[in-house]
Amino acid sequence: MMEEKKNETLLEIKELKVSFPVHKKWLPAVDGVSLEIHPGEITGIVGESGSGKSVMSQSILRLRDHDTAVRYEGEILFEGENLLQKPLFRMRDIRGNQISVIFQDPLNSLSPVHTVGNQISEVLILHKQLSKEEAGKRSIQMLKMTGIPDPEACMKKYPFELSGGMQQRVMIAMALACEPKLLIADEPTTALDVTIQEQILHLIRDLNERLGMSVLFITHDMGVVSRICHSVKVMYLGQVVEEAQTQELFENPCHPYTQGLLACIPHLRVERGKELPVIQGSVPSLSNIPEGCHFCTRCRLADDTCRNCPPPLVEISPGHKVKCWKYADGAKEREVTAS
Amino acid sequence: MLIRRKSISAASEAIFREQRTLKKEKLLANPALIIGFVGFVLIVLLAVFVPIFNSTDPNAMEVTKRLQPPGDGYLFGTDEFGRDLFVRVMYGARVSLWVGGCVAIFSCVLGTIIGIYASYFKVLDQILMRICDGLIAIPGILLAIALIAALGTSSWNVILALTIVYTPSVARTVRVSALVIKEQAYVEAAKVQGFSNFRILWRMILPGVISPLTVQASFIFAQAIISEASLSFLGAGIPAPAASWGNMLESSKMVFSRAPWTMICPGAAVILCVLSLNLLGDGLRDYLDPKVKGGKKKA
Repeated sequence: MMEEKKNETLLEIKELKVSFPVHKKWLPAVDGVSLEIHPGEITGIVGESGSGKSVMSQSILRLRDHDTAVRYEGEILFEGENLLQKPLFRMRDIRGNQISVIFQDPLNSLSPVHTVGNQISEVLILHKQLSKEEAGKRSIQMLKMTGIPDPEACMKKYPFELSGGMQQRVMIAMALACEPKLLIADEPTTALDVTIQEQILHLIRDLNERLGMSVLFITHDMGVVSRICHSVKVMYLGQVVEEAQTQELFENPCHPYTQGLLACIPHLRVERGKELPVIQGSVPSLSNIPEGCHFCTRCRLADDTCRNCPPPLVEISPGHKVKCWKYADGAKEREVTAS
Repeated sequence: MLIRRKSISAASEAIFREQRTLKKEKLLANPALIIGFVGFVLIVLLAVFVPIFNSTDPNAMEVTKRLQPPGDGYLFGTDEFGRDLFVRVMYGARVSLWVGGCVAIFSCVLGTIIGIYASYFKVLDQILMRICDGLIAIPGILLAIALIAALGTSSWNVILALTIVYTPSVARTVRVSALVIKEQAYVEAAKVQGFSNFRILWRMILPGVISPLTVQASFIFAQAIISEASLSFLGAGIPAPAASWGNMLESSKMVFSRAPWTMICPGAAVILCVLSLNLLGDGLRDYLDPKVKGGKKKA
């Protein structure tokens, strides 16, 4: 029974709510998010800055626990174990070993005073109890796997001697050294230029297929999502507003926010001199979240129901869920058009 | 492919060469560091080798030759008991360097431990920093005198007392630099990789505090020498017959109008030693600061 369950989902988040204290009030940065990640799947999370996507990913490893007061509600089940109830020192065995993270800015995420080889080996020595030599050999293998030319020479280099793309490859090599089951990629391509971005995406996709590890891919770039993810969740102000398989989401975006995000992708057919489409306004701060639908302040279609009552998450086709009044009950017929 | 790689390695070689010459330029544009370093090394060499090659006992008295002026067999002259001042100054250098060095090392080790842990654990920070505040509030020399009054005079007690006096300032320096490093993304990345707190503190944060620590160490070395001399001068330092710069200054105060060299020689020794250490510290600070290039601060 347990075995079966393991095969089904690797990570399951149930109604997660993460709050931080601001001026003696608990403000929820993540507000009732549920998601499932299956082995070998790449799940994308898209949203603007402040939508809670990074906080959610950090909560999985409970990174904020160390320096700020945090309140968690809900459950994060990793292979059936609730991570929120684990003591912090037990989390160490999971971090970097079962779940790894790669960050946005590879240069700052690598220690400037240790060589690349030293840093990769250290993770292996820590989690796999390898000897220094074994760890060194394995590190070279990892570097080779991420496509770094001349890995032996790279081992002796310091991070600042490498280019941005190479640094991110080193980060990936380090994250994958212990063969984690889940890789959390927190905007891994934001700091890189477009050609390198393509290479890194290709690498992540390739490693996902070869090693069968799951990836939680966090980004604000719809274009990146379309290229790499199997399924997508769109987040806005701490809530998932729409979730679907990637193709379904791009062909049939339902939530006004998703439609807005897709309309904002610039393409080559834009008329000269015409303004690019934008979503009006900005994300409201956590201290004045609207009472009803979180998106109602910026939505073109918002009415009184939207402003006063939080909308339910409706499944409009298998696997495609939307949190919007326009799709609830008999409201389906109402026209929701793009652009 | 091979040719391209070769040209790349040649290019990186050139960059390294350039960096090396840049380092050399930075060193040459920094006379304080060179003068301070040479001066300090000279004093250390004299203190180590003069007592080995000159077999004169620093405490041997020759009453017939008391208060001899410098020259004529006695390089620095003699004091009121006819002891050879040159030899005594050199033995005094040994004491001063020993005390100063020990205090610098002990307070840096202790201060680093306190500072690093305080920067990382908030509750500990409050406790340790309040203790440090309390110690800093008391004038250093008074605190040292009080401690020695309680412990008794001996060179180890002087070292202990001065270590207690200087540790809080090291702890503060280390804590401030560690607080900055703690927020760096690579420390977060280390946490994500499952590093224990101990490993993060000593493997990731410590290397970043080394350079301010070195500078601080050289200043503490200098201050400890002055403090030891002051304590000895007040009779709370190294016990009397032993040669130390403070003791010699103290005993000269009765006779210095007749024999000014008894005061000038140990006094000059203190000044030169402290001056070269301070120059060394200043120079190190500029040299280790990546924002200072070729001796000038970048605008």
